[in-house]
Amino acid sequence: MTENNKRLMQGNEACVEGAIAAGMRFFAGYPITPSTEIAEISAAKLPRIGGKFIQMEDEIASISAIIGASLTGVKAMTATSGPGFSLKQEGIGYAIMAEVPCVIVNVQRGGPSTGLPTSPAQGDIMQARWGTHGEHSIIALYPSTVKEIFDTTIRAFNLSEKYRTPVILLMDEVIAHMREAVDLPDISEIKIYNRKKPSVGPEEYKPYKVLKGNIVPEMANIGEGYRYHVTGLIHDESGAPTNDNRIAEELVLRLVNKIENNLDDIVYYEKYELDDAEEAIVAFGATARSAKSAIDTLRAKGRRIGMFRPITIWPSPKKQLTELAKKVKRIMVVEMNMGQYLLEVERIAGKYTEVLGYGRVNGELVTPKEIVRFVEEG
Amino acid sequence: MGNNLIEKYYRTERLPHIWCPGCGNGIVLRAIVKAIDNLGLNKDDICVVSGIGCSSRATGYLDFNTVHTTHGRALAFATGIKLANPNLHVIVITGDGDCAAIGGNHLIHAARRNIDITTVVFNNNIYGMTGGQYSPTTPTGDKGTTAPYGNIDPNFDLCELAKSAGATYVSRSTVYGANMITKQVEEGIKNKGFSFIEALTICPTYYGRKNKKGDAPEMINQLKEMTINVDAYYKLPQEKREGRIVIGELYRVQREEYIEKYNRLINSF
Amino acid sequence: MEFREFRLSGSGGQGLILAGIILAEAALKDGKNVVQSQSYGPEARGGASKAEVIISDKDINYPKVEKCDVLLALTQKAYDKYISTLKTGGVLIKDDKIAETQKRDDIEVYSVPILYTANEVLKKPMVANMIALGCIYEVTRVINKDSLEEAVLNRVPQGTEELNKKALCEGYRLIESVKGKVCHEI
Repeated sequence: MTENNKRLMQGNEACVEGAIAAGMRFFAGYPITPSTEIAEISAAKLPRIGGKFIQMEDEIASISAIIGASLTGVKAMTATSGPGFSLKQEGIGYAIMAEVPCVIVNVQRGGPSTGLPTSPAQGDIMQARWGTHGEHSIIALYPSTVKEIFDTTIRAFNLSEKYRTPVILLMDEVIAHMREAVDLPDISEIKIYNRKKPSVGPEEYKPYKVLKGNIVPEMANIGEGYRYHVTGLIHDESGAPTNDNRIAEELVLRLVNKIENNLDDIVYYEKYELDDAEEAIVAFGATARSAKSAIDTLRAKGRRIGMFRPITIWPSPKKQLTELAKKVKRIMVVEMNMGQYLLEVERIAGKYTEVLGYGRVNGELVTPKEIVRFVEEG
Repeated sequence: MGNNLIEKYYRTERLPHIWCPGCGNGIVLRAIVKAIDNLGLNKDDICVVSGIGCSSRATGYLDFNTVHTTHGRALAFATGIKLANPNLHVIVITGDGDCAAIGGNHLIHAARRNIDITTVVFNNNIYGMTGGQYSPTTPTGDKGTTAPYGNIDPNFDLCELAKSAGATYVSRSTVYGANMITKQVEEGIKNKGFSFIEALTICPTYYGRKNKKGDAPEMINQLKEMTINVDAYYKLPQEKREGRIVIGELYRVQREEYIEKYNRLINSF
Repeated sequence: MEFREFRLSGSGGQGLILAGIILAEAALKDGKNVVQSQSYGPEARGGASKAEVIISDKDINYPKVEKCDVLLALTQKAYDKYISTLKTGGVLIKDDKIAETQKRDDIEVYSVPILYTANEVLKKPMVANMIALGCIYEVTRVINKDSLEEAVLNRVPQGTEELNKKALCEGYRLIESVKGKVCHEI
């Protein structure tokens, strides 16, 4: 990569660049700080490449519109923050049930409610997991640098297309608004996954039947001769609504298992200085950057400490966290909330090692100094 | 003719439908299908989108591209579908609660944009699916399970709402005169812009029983008695207009359609 | 000393975020790692504004500036608020109208007429940020001059290139003119 490809880019801008590189040609959104630049940049870029941007009347309308667009075969995304993410939950549930690929960006901000609109927080970890009602699984990715926002947005689209499920991209205000160098890869180097279209004709097509060798049903675009029914109700393989209890259970389990049974493909993570580590920090997003600085300081003082950073935050990296837990004397979860991911790490690692949490909710990024202090005193 | 329509356009394997005996929804649905047949449209090019409620179940029975969405959001989904694939004829089927209460904001903004979507509201003045609660179109004073002493809310005139918000074709008809519904849906589909058709229908099971309106034939007759064609209405002296519901084509205007405007933007680069 | 962390402070509308971006882009052209961030209140104009830039040969993890090596202050309010965040041995570049209400003997101070030069010499108040960038360059030499000028030309509106270059030069000149008499107070 030559220096010339490096561009100073804001996190929110990198998100749009990644989305367009992944094939996004439709964006519907509603203005909300600190995600608004994603809508603004999409509005400027999409019409220039034949794509569509629409500012809808609210966040629910925005996610509804991208689901509609995706049903016609177009890759679609929406972006929001805190209060808007609460509103998106309805559409997320529908996209899960109807198996419609789409990407939902949540640049988190301080809450609850209107909270701290311009300040960072990591308070939506559990809402990303369980925000919509009903039993379900979800894929949520969490980048930590501006460059990684670019790459992770592409991954979000790829996973969404591959597993026919909404993918949530959780971002921190700190990284969404800061500028950092991104070396944009050549488009031909980017791996793009597109949803599988039907391998059978309209007569044989069953829109919700998983054919042998596939992970999910093949997806026909509206308007291409496969006239089928899409619904948020429990439905059979033909898409017809049903109250059949056996079908209901089969469908819900299939929707959960298509994600939970493919963790090796879905789970991304970074290990930092873990090879000889006796204790480990678990952190993600901007907090992981503070943790890295803290680890460098602690290692300089002779402490054998490292970090496990989930990039796929949901489904959680169970295997990797279990391995880590068996290896280290303790795990410290650092996050900008009062212990949301800590609950998950405790659930997985708690039986093998001591798990501690460090959190804050004042609208400021956790500093390396306080992590150092926590590790040394905690 | 009727049976032909059903075989040609319905997913017959999904029948019988869930609607109660005497429900007017089947009449409206058949009128829509007849309009599509009259226009000779290709089934693959039609996408019917609905929300939640009795009428919104209609999409499940139709052999088009059909999307049964969440409560109130049919127009928002439809906006995404139409904008992403403008070649589709997008028809929204919705009810009075779906369209005017939870989906009211989407209605006014879809109308404001003048996006080329044909919306047909099955207005039965009640929430039927949940068992008879009053809706934004339940006449003031009428009863619902959540208005046991009579509804104190003023009721919406949906056509006035759609017109004010920017719809470019607005009409009203009733299940007493299904041919008028068909004609209006045809006009709505032909109109390049946002078309709004309010089809007054009946719910004998909840609205009828709660308000002692009689059986289905009686209720359909009442629709006939209450309504007056727009031409006849304006010939009436002012004092005789009170309380009459106007049916027919109520409003039509030329205004550039939303996606045409967006495509002009795309083509400018 | 290593000039790693920069804080550019003043009021909203002075173009300090743009100045921060340009500084970061110039450093990027030099092959450095950079992070640029900002904070702003809900008001678009007039409120306190600051841009922060970290320039380093190493990876930059923690992206925020706590204590800075270089502080630019264009308003009294900004000076009052941020002077204590300047590291010992750091450099303060301030507009000469700002009163040094909190004298520090552990820093280097350059007090130059940035706003006067923009308003009265160039008659363009909006180029104060470019003059300030020129000052930062001349004091720190943390970036190459060519990279800085290239970065400026990439970011400013068409038709204003000459004006902005001139503003940069005014910045260089302001520092040159005081370099001999830097008030390194002991």
